[in-house]
Amino acid sequence: MFAYTLTRLVYLALVLAVMSVLIFLVTQAMPGDVASMIAGQFASKEVVDAIAVKLGLDQPLIVQYGHWAAGILRGDLGRSLVLEQPIGPILMEALARSLVLAVVALFVVAVVGIGLGVLAAVRRGKLTDQLVSGVSYLGIAVPDFFWAIVLVLVFGSYMKLLPTGGYAPIADGFLPWASHLVLPVVTLVLMLLARIARLTRSSMIDVLQTNYVKFARAKGMPESVVILRHALKNALLPTITVLAIDFGLILGGVVVIETIFSYPGMGRLLLFAIQRHDLPLIQATILIVSAAYCLANLTADLLYAFVNPKIRHGMRAS
Amino acid sequence: MTDVTPVQSVPRRHLPSLPVSLLVGIVLLAPLVVAAVAGSWIAPYPYDEMNIMSRLQPPGAEFWFGTDEFGRDVFSRTLVGTGSSLVMGVAATALSLLAGVPLGLIAGYKGGRAGEAIMRAMDVLMSFPPILLGILVLAVTPPAQWKAIVAIGIVYVPQVVRLTRAITLELMQEEFITAARLRGESAAYILFHEILPNIWPPLVVEASLRVVFAILLGASLSFIGMGAQPPSSDWGLMISEARPFVEQAPWIALCPGFALATAVIGINLLGDGLRALLDPRNTGAH
Repeated sequence: MFAYTLTRLVYLALVLAVMSVLIFLVTQAMPGDVASMIAGQFASKEVVDAIAVKLGLDQPLIVQYGHWAAGILRGDLGRSLVLEQPIGPILMEALARSLVLAVVALFVVAVVGIGLGVLAAVRRGKLTDQLVSGVSYLGIAVPDFFWAIVLVLVFGSYMKLLPTGGYAPIADGFLPWASHLVLPVVTLVLMLLARIARLTRSSMIDVLQTNYVKFARAKGMPESVVILRHALKNALLPTITVLAIDFGLILGGVVVIETIFSYPGMGRLLLFAIQRHDLPLIQATILIVSAAYCLANLTADLLYAFVNPKIRHGMRAS
Repeated sequence: MTDVTPVQSVPRRHLPSLPVSLLVGIVLLAPLVVAAVAGSWIAPYPYDEMNIMSRLQPPGAEFWFGTDEFGRDVFSRTLVGTGSSLVMGVAATALSLLAGVPLGLIAGYKGGRAGEAIMRAMDVLMSFPPILLGILVLAVTPPAQWKAIVAIGIVYVPQVVRLTRAITLELMQEEFITAARLRGESAAYILFHEILPNIWPPLVVEASLRVVFAILLGASLSFIGMGAQPPSSDWGLMISEARPFVEQAPWIALCPGFALATAVIGINLLGDGLRALLDPRNTGAH
């Protein structure tokens, strides 16, 4: 297991390196010249050239990439052109907010999804089961931004229960902070619930038919103990892996959700950077979000291998 | 991912009865296909006809689903937008098949250095979150819908390559491939006459599911302004433009939203049905 983890980590580092080259090249191809952006539109050509020399923009691309990559390895993400600040602190703040959103959403998905899945498995074929699959199916049928609009309409505009967007730091108190999280979290949960609930349901149904569950029942154990203590423990293994994948999905998909709810995380930062042509900021945000996405997927793979020893021997998960 | 089983012997003794999900899917999709083909003829108003006198009208006899902030008929716009939204998904999926199937065949059939290089390149592409890869491809030049289609196509190439390669690898173990090789058939003959006919059933199923993801990703890209451009009535764009008016005039967002949901549910059911029909051993996977 250790060797497998190590191989995967080395491979991840290689993939990230290639990704960084791609991100760098693509953003270099974007229209808009960094030096003239800093100089302003009325600057003379000499001023622009001087800035280009100072920033090393006259160097060949490979040298520029080297500077950029070396900076990132030192933890220096560069300076934002539009905000005129170092990117690191801005980005970390946005990342922290996005992570809060992702962690809370994942927690709710896990609790509700597994709960519904177990319920559907226990009441297999009955009305409850069909209700659960029907409701969870609705969640994936409509894109997240549509759910977001419906939720804003119902809870924000008509019922005036919740803020329709924005963010309140936790320093302002728990309630304002939490109330801003509710609608984005519910939107994310609606998107992810179906898969978790269906997966838990099917693995729970499998486990409930095994001999050890029958034996536990035969011993006269209460049904709740059989289900919660014996069956659920084994039924959860595949679900946990999918939850790790979902974490990556949430992080990778923050752009849309954060735009709708004006939530100041990584997604909004990236769109802001693209709209203002802030090349260093675009590069840094895409790289960090992609790295987080890769890490989540790697965690999912490792969990899967850890859970299923057949995988970890001899074969690369490809 | 989907479990892959070779399908060299689809039973053809009798026509299987059509799965219910396939029928329901077709029933849901039929009106959408009609709208996509003939939307601009059926629509009661031109999709871009502005009418300042009737801005933000609620649904009624004159405007079935109300009007938007420019007085444009929401129903007509949704109808005309069907083409844009569905074409985006279908064209992008076609693109990823066009690029992915040959690459997957090479990676599976030839293997070796070329195969390894292809698979590692796919690993890198898959390491990007889908929407970010789309944004990365799109942010280079001013947005346009065809660019969004190309971007979505690229996003889903790796999945197609992996599936094609996995099926090809399994088929290579089969005796009829060995036989063809021993007969001295060319690689091209084996690929096109022996392997390709056997990989299309799982690919069709995969494609039908991909179309759903592609439509949703297309709508998301249009929603953040990187897909279809105004005054197009693409559904994602319509929902995006409806946001500021959602309190006064929710129908502007709801109409394309329901259309999108119908399309997604319809294609999902169609895909489930196709899987049951074409790939019977694969039911329950995914």
